[in-house]
Amino acid sequence: MSDNVRLPSLSTFPRLLMHHAQVRPNHPATREKDMGIWQTWTWSQVAEEVRAMASGLAELGFKRGDNLAIIGDNRPRLYWAMCAAQCLGGVPVPLYQDAVAAEMVFVLQDAGIKFAIVEDQEQVDKLLENMAQCPGLQHILYDDPRGMRHYNQPFLHGLDEVQEMGRIHNRNHPEFIDGEIDLGQPEDVAVMLYTSGTTGKPKGVCQTHAAFIAAAQSGCEFDKLVPGDNILSYLPMAWVGDHLFSFAQATYAGFTINCPESGDTVMTDMREIGPSYYFAPPRVFENLLTQVMIRMEDASALKRGMFHYFMGVARRCGAEILDGKPVSGTDRLLYALGNLLVYGPLRNVLGMSRIRVAYTAGAAIGPDLFRFYRSIGVNLKQLYGSTETCAAVCLQPDGQIKFDTVGPPAPGVEVKIADNGEVMVRGAVMLKGYYKRPEDTAEAIDALGYFHTGDAGFFDEDGHLKIIDRAKDVGKLANGAMFAPNYIENKLKFFSHIKEAVAFGDGKDEVCAFINIDMGAVGNWAERRNIAYSGYTDLAQKAEVYELIRDCVEQANAELAHDAMLSASQVHRFLILHKELDPDDDELTRTRKVRRGFIAEKYAVLIEALYSGKASQFIETEVKFEDGRRGRVSADLRIVEAKTCLPQAAKKAA
Amino acid sequence: MSNGRQIGEAILDLQNISLRFGGVKALTDISFDVREHEIRAIIGPNGAGKSSMLNVINGVYHPQEGTIIFRGKKRHDMDTHEAAEAGFARTFQNIALFKGMSVLDNLMTGRNLKMKSNFLLQALYWGPAQREELEHRRKVEEVIDFLEIEHIRKTPVGRLPYGLQKRVELGRALAAEPKVLLLDEPMAGMNVEEKQDMCRFVLDVNDHFGTTIILIEHDMGVVMDISDRVVVLDYGKKIADGTPDEVRNNEDVIKAYLGVAH
Repeated sequence: MSDNVRLPSLSTFPRLLMHHAQVRPNHPATREKDMGIWQTWTWSQVAEEVRAMASGLAELGFKRGDNLAIIGDNRPRLYWAMCAAQCLGGVPVPLYQDAVAAEMVFVLQDAGIKFAIVEDQEQVDKLLENMAQCPGLQHILYDDPRGMRHYNQPFLHGLDEVQEMGRIHNRNHPEFIDGEIDLGQPEDVAVMLYTSGTTGKPKGVCQTHAAFIAAAQSGCEFDKLVPGDNILSYLPMAWVGDHLFSFAQATYAGFTINCPESGDTVMTDMREIGPSYYFAPPRVFENLLTQVMIRMEDASALKRGMFHYFMGVARRCGAEILDGKPVSGTDRLLYALGNLLVYGPLRNVLGMSRIRVAYTAGAAIGPDLFRFYRSIGVNLKQLYGSTETCAAVCLQPDGQIKFDTVGPPAPGVEVKIADNGEVMVRGAVMLKGYYKRPEDTAEAIDALGYFHTGDAGFFDEDGHLKIIDRAKDVGKLANGAMFAPNYIENKLKFFSHIKEAVAFGDGKDEVCAFINIDMGAVGNWAERRNIAYSGYTDLAQKAEVYELIRDCVEQANAELAHDAMLSASQVHRFLILHKELDPDDDELTRTRKVRRGFIAEKYAVLIEALYSGKASQFIETEVKFEDGRRGRVSADLRIVEAKTCLPQAAKKAA
Repeated sequence: MSNGRQIGEAILDLQNISLRFGGVKALTDISFDVREHEIRAIIGPNGAGKSSMLNVINGVYHPQEGTIIFRGKKRHDMDTHEAAEAGFARTFQNIALFKGMSVLDNLMTGRNLKMKSNFLLQALYWGPAQREELEHRRKVEEVIDFLEIEHIRKTPVGRLPYGLQKRVELGRALAAEPKVLLLDEPMAGMNVEEKQDMCRFVLDVNDHFGTTIILIEHDMGVVMDISDRVVVLDYGKKIADGTPDEVRNNEDVIKAYLGVAH
């Protein structure tokens, strides 16, 4: 396969698709669970569907250079739509499907969208709401016709009809699509992915076929991915990670993507498919672990005892066995027994029985969490990258896994650390530029061709990259000590009871924090202790919960005290927020990163109260529901002090 | 409602229905009709006779007086299973599902009337029985997809929250592919969000399958929003009948609901 790809004839995604349709016509390319049954499309069927869709789009007037918005959950036809647009020399622009109508306007306008392919009525309604602000939008195509019977706008088309139209067109002009595919060049933009907008307005990142094929190639060769592999495609299609794994790598290597039935059934669908290749942000791994732990607490004493005993064995030697390091014979025997009784069944419940390679990225992963999966035999690794670098800058090689680094640079990628600690990247996987923003592009890519990632990090002694925070977030406390908020927040978030944390301290004397409790874990904890509560707001303000969280904060402080650079960043005071931070209220990005600046502004009273030493503070906040309605939550928030430790390093010196 | 469905002729015509339990008059001389494909609401204060009316329609009670004309023919006093075969399905005020069975199995019971192969073949899951079951399963999956309950397909009903149980009950009624769907307080005890969901499903059922729906509901907002016509009962008598707007402004209705100033 890899030999073929170096041929110039396989240098774009449509060419790769047609290649698979020829070489492995009957190999499954796409699966989707529908009506309770897994439906399969082979590579030749997918190629036919894509041809029909592309011709249909062309019939409607879609031309080379046009941008095609794609909005919806992971549906086969939406993945095919990407390739259909590419066949015609157009650019697919996937959008986050859970964005509210107003948020979509910006991208629709910025990308000059004329055509949109969307999943269902819900997304159609959002676009119709935006029609006035997006005069350029000419055609909307929908996948699922349910509820669409009474929409009679002439610019709405069902994908079925469009594909039928395309099939007729194909019969009359059999050479048309192949001719269009031949016109496509590897330097053409293959996809435009919008940054999540952690820093201001989203920017359209233009990636070429060459870049994504390079990223896919390096990943596939690195982990020896073959057509027989299976992946569950359940992450937002607008995210670079999903685009790399479910589109670029699948189309490159020819393996099978599997679309779940709905967002609520991912766990069940994963068990049924048993993917061999898996990708998830740390939060998903964390949710899974939390669920396992909650259910273990409800298990019988025998099972619980067995679980805890063998998890102890796994902690001692599991990760080492996976890495192929020497382990004593007794431990090996115990681990084998544990594998039979605990780890195997547990992997099965998680749908991870067949996983060969699993990756996590997008945020820091807690060492305990990471170790847990590796110790039960799941080959979980970390990678580093961003939308601008096709998510393929660093990869951890098998056997060289560290908890706090993201591995050495991937083959063909050059990584350098700037004087201010910023990570810089150069290589084939780099963006062509930001869409219609030459000044931003010039700012991000320097004269030597390095892309400035905006992340602060350094190489450790083995040449593995370690990322600590966003470069611009790293600040200083009033006494001059380094303050890396993300680092502290991650330390806090590693506790299962804490879902989100926001740390403040830049230019202040000490660090204070907002906490969001994890409703599932803390709720369960409260029920066990017969603590009655009516909802999040009520539970968050219970004195017992404050005690619980204080314990976590103090443990985090103790760990921070060990770190010479960051021991001054211990959390002195904290409060538990009355509502969960939510992307709908602009407090988190769609990829669930906290927008610290926005939060600081919105909750300025709370920060003031934290630093003035008050014992409580009243706050009322407006919340937005998913359907666009608004409501208000208010509460009297308690503010609590946490014990801090003397810096360990300093103590030793003294 | 900008709705493309065609409301047709009267499918069900109730003429001068009176129902007595001993000396208690539950319904007195009530007449109204239900047109094909419409959403018809029956409202009224507690004890007005709404559920009795529903029970008359699906054959649980047999009125002492009056005539029921269904699809142009006078209906004899039928049993509930005859009513079900004629295309009536219903949900109940208090959920009546098999709590220990999965959602899927509960919905399959809704197909019971349509199963033709005999008990022995079904037990052996052999030949025609197998083919038949697969066909029924496909229909049930359509309902599951329609009501968006894929994630609880295999969950025992007893473990589900109340709002979802209501939805499963609607699903079981739908699995029978009814011509007329009787809903007895489908939104009772639900929170705002669940009510909105349920409203959407009721409207979708009506729109998508063209099912005629007769609905009892206490939530006036819901009734006025989704029904085409409303009949109002009070103390077993009909006091108003018409579109939601007509009913809303009817003085007798206002009196029945708000009481009369003495």
